[in-house]
Amino acid sequence: MTSEIQLAGFGGQGILFAGKVLAYCGMYSGREVSWLPSYGPEMRGGTCNCSVILSDDKIGSPVVQNPSVLIAMNQPSFAKFISDVVSGGTVLADSSLIDVQTDRTDITVYSVPATDMAKESGLTGGANIILLGKLIKETGFISMEDIEGALRKIIPPKKAQLIENNMKAIQLGYDY
Amino acid sequence: MILTKPHALTEAKTSFCPGCTHGIVHRLVAEVIDEMGIEGETVGICPVGCSVVSYDYFACDMIEAAHGRAPAVATGVKRSHPDKFVFTYQGDGDLAAIGTCETVHSATRGENITIIFINNTIYGMTGGQMAPTTLPGQVTQTTPYGRDPLVAGYPVRVCEMLSTLMGTAYAERVSVDTPARVRAAKKAIRKGFEIQKNKQGFSIIEVLSTCPTNWGMTPDQALERVRTEMIPYYPLGVYKDITTQEKGDA
Amino acid sequence: MANNKTERVLMKGNEALAEAAIRCGCQCYFGYPITPQSEIAAYMSKHMPKEGRVFLQAESEIAAINMVYGAAASGVRAMTSSSSPGVSLKSEGISYLAGSDLPCLIVNVMRGGPGLGGIQPAQSDYYLATKAGGHGDFSMLVFAPSSVQEMADYAVKAFDEADKWRMPAMILTDGLLGQMMEPVTFKDSYSTPIEKPWACVGHDNKREHNIINSLYLKPQELEDSNIARYKRYELIKEQLPEAETFMTEDADIIVTGYGACARISRNAVIAARAEGIKAGLIRPITLWPFPNKVYREAANTAKAFLDVELSMGQMVDDVRLATECTRPVKFYGRTGGIIPTPNDIFEQIKALAKEVL
Repeated sequence: MTSEIQLAGFGGQGILFAGKVLAYCGMYSGREVSWLPSYGPEMRGGTCNCSVILSDDKIGSPVVQNPSVLIAMNQPSFAKFISDVVSGGTVLADSSLIDVQTDRTDITVYSVPATDMAKESGLTGGANIILLGKLIKETGFISMEDIEGALRKIIPPKKAQLIENNMKAIQLGYDY
Repeated sequence: MILTKPHALTEAKTSFCPGCTHGIVHRLVAEVIDEMGIEGETVGICPVGCSVVSYDYFACDMIEAAHGRAPAVATGVKRSHPDKFVFTYQGDGDLAAIGTCETVHSATRGENITIIFINNTIYGMTGGQMAPTTLPGQVTQTTPYGRDPLVAGYPVRVCEMLSTLMGTAYAERVSVDTPARVRAAKKAIRKGFEIQKNKQGFSIIEVLSTCPTNWGMTPDQALERVRTEMIPYYPLGVYKDITTQEKGDA
Repeated sequence: MANNKTERVLMKGNEALAEAAIRCGCQCYFGYPITPQSEIAAYMSKHMPKEGRVFLQAESEIAAINMVYGAAASGVRAMTSSSSPGVSLKSEGISYLAGSDLPCLIVNVMRGGPGLGGIQPAQSDYYLATKAGGHGDFSMLVFAPSSVQEMADYAVKAFDEADKWRMPAMILTDGLLGQMMEPVTFKDSYSTPIEKPWACVGHDNKREHNIINSLYLKPQELEDSNIARYKRYELIKEQLPEAETFMTEDADIIVTGYGACARISRNAVIAARAEGIKAGLIRPITLWPFPNKVYREAANTAKAFLDVELSMGQMVDDVRLATECTRPVKFYGRTGGIIPTPNDIFEQIKALAKEVL
C-alpha cells in the first residue's frame, strides 16, 4: 500500500515539520518513506509545500502529483491542489484560514479550524499538528504510538515540553 | 668564507634571464630554510609566471598552483597540516591581478603562511605586458604609449593594502638592489617564517625585483631603475608587524 | 549526526552524503554557498570541527577547489560541493587536479542552466561532468546516485576510487536528491584512506622532494603523461562501469535515465508492464566510465530505447554510442526545474511502443 501526502500552506506554518513527523512515523512503522520539500527564495511567508510518501514498496518518484491525502493550510494551497487529489482521497483543511468549498463529490473533505483551536488552547503554531491528529483519526494509516515515537525522535530531550505540547495538539485534532 | 649553494636549493640550473633578481630571492628563501633547519617540514607553492618551474629549484616538497591560486592551495595544505611550514612564491600578475581575491582573503583570514611576492612591474614570462604594479607612464607590450592611469588604472600597492587587514601579521617591502638591502631582505624573509613558526598569522614579504629583458635594460640600469623609479612609488619598509605592535601596546 | 552507527535515520540526500564523507575520513571540506547544495556545507560546518577536521568557507568557488587541490596534494581526503554555476567556476581547478593526478571528491547538486538558470533540479551538467570538466585531455570519475542511501554509499565509493586511481571523482546529483529525505543506514566502519607516498607534506630529510605539478614544457613529456593517464582510464573502463537493470530481460522498450529520472522512470515502467507493454529500465550509476556493455547487450533483444533526462538531451549521445545505433533511441527531457511525472514517461513509452511494436 502507498500513501501519497501533499502538505501545503505558508512558510512558517510548520508544513515541512508536519511532513517530517509523517515521514518519521512511516519509517518507525517499518515502511519506505520519502519527504521532498519545495525550496526557493521565499524563506518565510511565501508558499511552501512538501510531498511525503509512505509505502510498503520501493518508492520511485518522490514527487506527489496526485495526493491520496492533502493537508491544506491556506486558501491558495487549497485552491491549487484540491483538483489534484485522487478520487476517493482525503482532504484536511484548516478552516480558520480557508473557505472550504469544492464541487468535488468523490473525495472526503474534513474542515478543522486548526489555527483557532491552537490559539484557544495556548498552542499557537500547533495548527499543523492538530491537523495530523485529525488525519490519524480519519485515516488510521498511522497510529498514535507511531506519532508519539516520531515526535520523541525529532524533538531533542532538552525541549521535552514541546513533545507534550505536540501530543496535546494531536489529541485536540483527534478529538475534533 | 666559502660560498656554497644552500641545501634547500637543488642542483638544477635556473632558467632566469641574466641580471634578473629572482635568483637572489630564491637563494635568500633557501638560506632561511637552511638556517631554520626546516627543509624537511616545508611545502612550497609555485605560481604561474617566471618562477613557474621553481619546483625544480627548491629542494623541499613543492606544489604547482594555477595562475593566482597559490594562496588558496597554500591554505589547503596548511589547514590540513598546521605544523608544516607553507610558503608561496608569486609574481605581481599572479598575486595582484588574477589572484587578488585569494591574496586578500588568505590575508584577512590570518592564514598562517608566508608569501614571497616578487614585484617587477611587468609580466615577465609572457613577454612584458602591463602588470597591476606597472608604474604610470611605463612602456610595456600592452601599454606601448606608457601606462595611462585614466585608461589602465593605477598601480596596486600590495603591502599598503594588506596592512589594513586584521589577519595580516607582517608585511614588509624590501629590495635586492644593493648588498645591504639583500641582507635586509633576508632578515625580512626570516621574520616571515618566524611569524609562521609562532603561529601568528599571515606574512608577506614584497621584494622589488628587476626584469632587464622586458624592461630593455642592462642589469645595472635595471637596478638603477629600482632605486630611481620603483622605490619612490613603492617605499621600502615595514607596513605591519604585530610583534612590535604587541610590544608597543604593552 | 546519527549516534547509533547502524540505526536507520531519516536524512536529506545532501546531509547523508556529508555524513558519509566524514565517516570515511574526509579531512577537509572547502565550499562556497549556493542553492541547492547548501545543506552539505551547513552539515560540514557543524560536524567537521567536532571531529577535529577542517571546514572552511572559501571566498569563491575558485578558491574552494584550489584549497581542495592543496589539501589533496598534501595527501588528505578533501572535498568540495557546489551547484551548476559554481561547478563551471571550479572547472579550472578540476583540470589541474586531473593533470596533477590528485584524488578528491567534487559534488555537483545540479540546478537548471545555462547562465544563472534557476534553482530547481536539473541534469544539464552531464556534458560538463563527463566530457568537458575543464581544459585539456582528461576525465574524472562520475557517480550518479539515485536515493539518499546511495548519496551516502557513493560518496564513500567516490573517495575510495579516487584514491585508488589518483584522479578527481564527482558525485553528479540534483536538487531533488539533495533536498529529499529518505531513511539511510550507515555502516559500522568505512574504508580508510590509503598511503600516499607522493604527497607533499615535507620530505623530513628522508627522501627526494616530491613535486605535484601538471606543467610539462617538453612536448614529449606532456604527451607521455597523457598517454600514461589514458592507459589508466582504459583499466577503469574495464573495471568500474556500474548500472542497475530492472525488468530488462524480456523488455521490448528500455527506458534509461540516471539519478532522479531513474526513480521516476521506474514507476513508468511498472505502469507500462501493467498495461501489457514489456518495458524495462537501465540506470547507469557510473556516468564516466559509461556502462556501455549493459546497453549493448540490451540492444540485442530490445526494440527501442527511451532516454529520459532533466536536460535538452545530453546522456542520450552516450546511449546511442553504447547501442551503436542499432536500435532507435528516443529522447524525452524536461528542463527549467520541471520534473516529469511517471505518467508523462508512461505516455512516451506508449507512443514509442506504437511506433516500434
